[in-house]
Amino acid sequence: MSKLYTGAEIVFKCLKDQEVEYIFGYPGGAVLPIYDELKNHTSIKHILVRHEQGAGHAAEGYARSSGKPGVVLVTSGPGATNVVTALTDAYMDSIPLVCISGQVPTHLIGTDAFQECDTTGITRPCTKHNWLVKDIKELPKVMHEAFKVATTGRPGPVLIDIPKDIQFAKTNYTKFKKEKKLNGKIHNKFSENEINQLIDLISKARKPVVYTGGGVINSGPQASETLKEFVRLIGFPITSTLQGLGAFPGDDNQFIGMLGMHGTYEANNAMHDCDLLINIGARFDDRITGKIDEFSPKSKKVHIDIDPSSINKIIKVDLAIVGDVNEVIKLAIKKINKKQNGLKDSNKQRISKWWEQIQKWRTKDSLGFINSDKEIKPQHAVKRLYELTKNQDTFITTEVGQHQMWAAQHYKFNKPNRWMTSGGLGTMGYGLPAAVGVQIAHPDKLVIDIAGEASVLMTIQEMSTAVQYNLPIKIFILNNQYMGMVRQWQELLHEKNYSESYSEALPDFVKLAEAYGCKGIKADNPDELDDKIKEMIDYNGPVIFDCHVDPNENCFPMIPSGKPHNQMILGPSDKEENKITGKGKSLV
Amino acid sequence: MSSPKSAYSIPTKKGKLDTHIFVVWVDNESGVLARVVGLFSGRGYNIESLAVAEVDATKNISRITIVTTGTPQVIDQIKLQLKKLVPVHKVADFKREDKNVIFKEMALLKIVAQKKKIEKCLKECKKFNPVILDKTNKSVVVQITALRREIDKMSKKLKPYGLTSTSRTGAIAMTRGAQTFK
Repeated sequence: MSKLYTGAEIVFKCLKDQEVEYIFGYPGGAVLPIYDELKNHTSIKHILVRHEQGAGHAAEGYARSSGKPGVVLVTSGPGATNVVTALTDAYMDSIPLVCISGQVPTHLIGTDAFQECDTTGITRPCTKHNWLVKDIKELPKVMHEAFKVATTGRPGPVLIDIPKDIQFAKTNYTKFKKEKKLNGKIHNKFSENEINQLIDLISKARKPVVYTGGGVINSGPQASETLKEFVRLIGFPITSTLQGLGAFPGDDNQFIGMLGMHGTYEANNAMHDCDLLINIGARFDDRITGKIDEFSPKSKKVHIDIDPSSINKIIKVDLAIVGDVNEVIKLAIKKINKKQNGLKDSNKQRISKWWEQIQKWRTKDSLGFINSDKEIKPQHAVKRLYELTKNQDTFITTEVGQHQMWAAQHYKFNKPNRWMTSGGLGTMGYGLPAAVGVQIAHPDKLVIDIAGEASVLMTIQEMSTAVQYNLPIKIFILNNQYMGMVRQWQELLHEKNYSESYSEALPDFVKLAEAYGCKGIKADNPDELDDKIKEMIDYNGPVIFDCHVDPNENCFPMIPSGKPHNQMILGPSDKEENKITGKGKSLV
Repeated sequence: MSSPKSAYSIPTKKGKLDTHIFVVWVDNESGVLARVVGLFSGRGYNIESLAVAEVDATKNISRITIVTTGTPQVIDQIKLQLKKLVPVHKVADFKREDKNVIFKEMALLKIVAQKKKIEKCLKECKKFNPVILDKTNKSVVVQITALRREIDKMSKKLKPYGLTSTSRTGAIAMTRGAQTFK
């Protein structure tokens, strides 16, 4: 008879077989047997966070920047409920997470025992799947299936709830063999005919645009290479969603900037006026489409996505190709090269007028802002941060709000997996713990959280984690003393009634940094900004950078108000002629 | 219409609603019904009726039949979302008007009334394969099988005759002919 292992041992055996190196977690009564076992497995390092939400976001940061699933370990009850925000965040942004939660012993389930909650019930709508393991014999199978569900198809979070008695119970363990063939829930069966149709559309288009999203990043770094080749081959302009930034180089001439509510003028106008729209791994989110009825009215639409339920969910498309982004565009490139040698040149001619139009839009300089030599403008701060860090491989995370949009607009990403932001759920407090996870995955790289002072206070306790593990993350706070995006909406839509959006009694962030045992830097003058940013970058250790910026700056351009893509509000100079009125207010 | 100061877009005009019957084959495990029903409630889909029971004891397969309404786009979404659930094996979707599919629902009707009225009730039920399951001087329990609409009608009709309690199974479905849904 083979050796028997406890549930806790099996958890670690499975984690090892899945090549897990890091767990982000927080101990508690119902997971103690697993924590007890930790010492016997030196290949797996546990990162102790300060709040379970932080564990979830750190695991997300780890997963996004490394392409590997993030693993979270929490206790029952409050441990599980605290991680719900992070699971939902990962679900919305398709990030692979495996969360293991402790549960009260099976005989106590349903009795309102101490630290009991219906974890699988609570997390059912925010995970791809979850399991309550009531039989130790099920545990090895469930563990491996969990990794499979999290990482295949459209990735996402999963949760395994393990009662304490199951962690003690014993069973045998047969070594895990990685399957080559994937099961029926993964859809990669697009047909050649569909690719031919795509090429046909490409060869006829006069005003095309490629619109890419997080699906390209999730398809792996190779997909970004393939995308570059594809877009250069067909010569089309390309725009990206918030999540897709970095898949195509941000400083390339074919890249026309981010699209959507705070996207560039050229990208949104191209979306509106195009005759062919190729969506690669994006999901027609409502921050992208604006008013559905008037979304890209003249175009044929193509949607390439691995998730069949994304197709026709919001926007009806003319050609749907369900499959892995990399595989689909690889085949398209192969066919274009093989069949139509002349396509490359004929394409360039056919769409040259379109490019002229796009150049005209570009001259609007929609990301422009009026700089100041007295106050630091937040856009200027992000631009300087970009200029001073672009020569090294830098990873950026953000919180949620104005600073997030400014970061997306003014920081140019050239590689995938370098940009971690909470897009779908919009979780304030995401960036700091995510930076912890990114730094764990890339110990020698520069990791910066571009933050707002309101967001960062939601998970500021994770500075303690950064200090404990000597993670030199840089928290670059654009401090305008307001919940800026809330204030912006109140200014534009609610008659400047700044209800509760001003933060009184903010902490002194420099002293706060020192209290945590890291470095604090403060800047409030444009002249000193560069030197202080350099000081931050050069410091070998965690830094909180308190950058005082103009509190009244708004984030432009912006699609307002019941208006389609081609009627944006540009910066301050354009504001007068384009006020948001009446009916329009509902749409921002 | 949503509040005029909402941060979200106003709803666009709704399409025509169709009634569809979904048949879903799932692993009969704990929580599976919650997953299916949670999907409907979470995404704002409608459930008119739901019937579920295990149909294959060796493979542990349950068959769920759900009657729902929605625009063609929503119906499409329901199907694709159901297919994404891990314990779901296959999903069939039929229009209510589909002639190749049989839809049936069973109902138990309790009528408490005098003999004459009971007789009248039984007469009304005749079209729907009535089976008398229980009978006393003052009451009768009848089982009928019919379409949803027919049972709706019967319930209304029999109220004045002393129908006091109705119990319904929800619609179940089966394709006609020799072929089965793969």
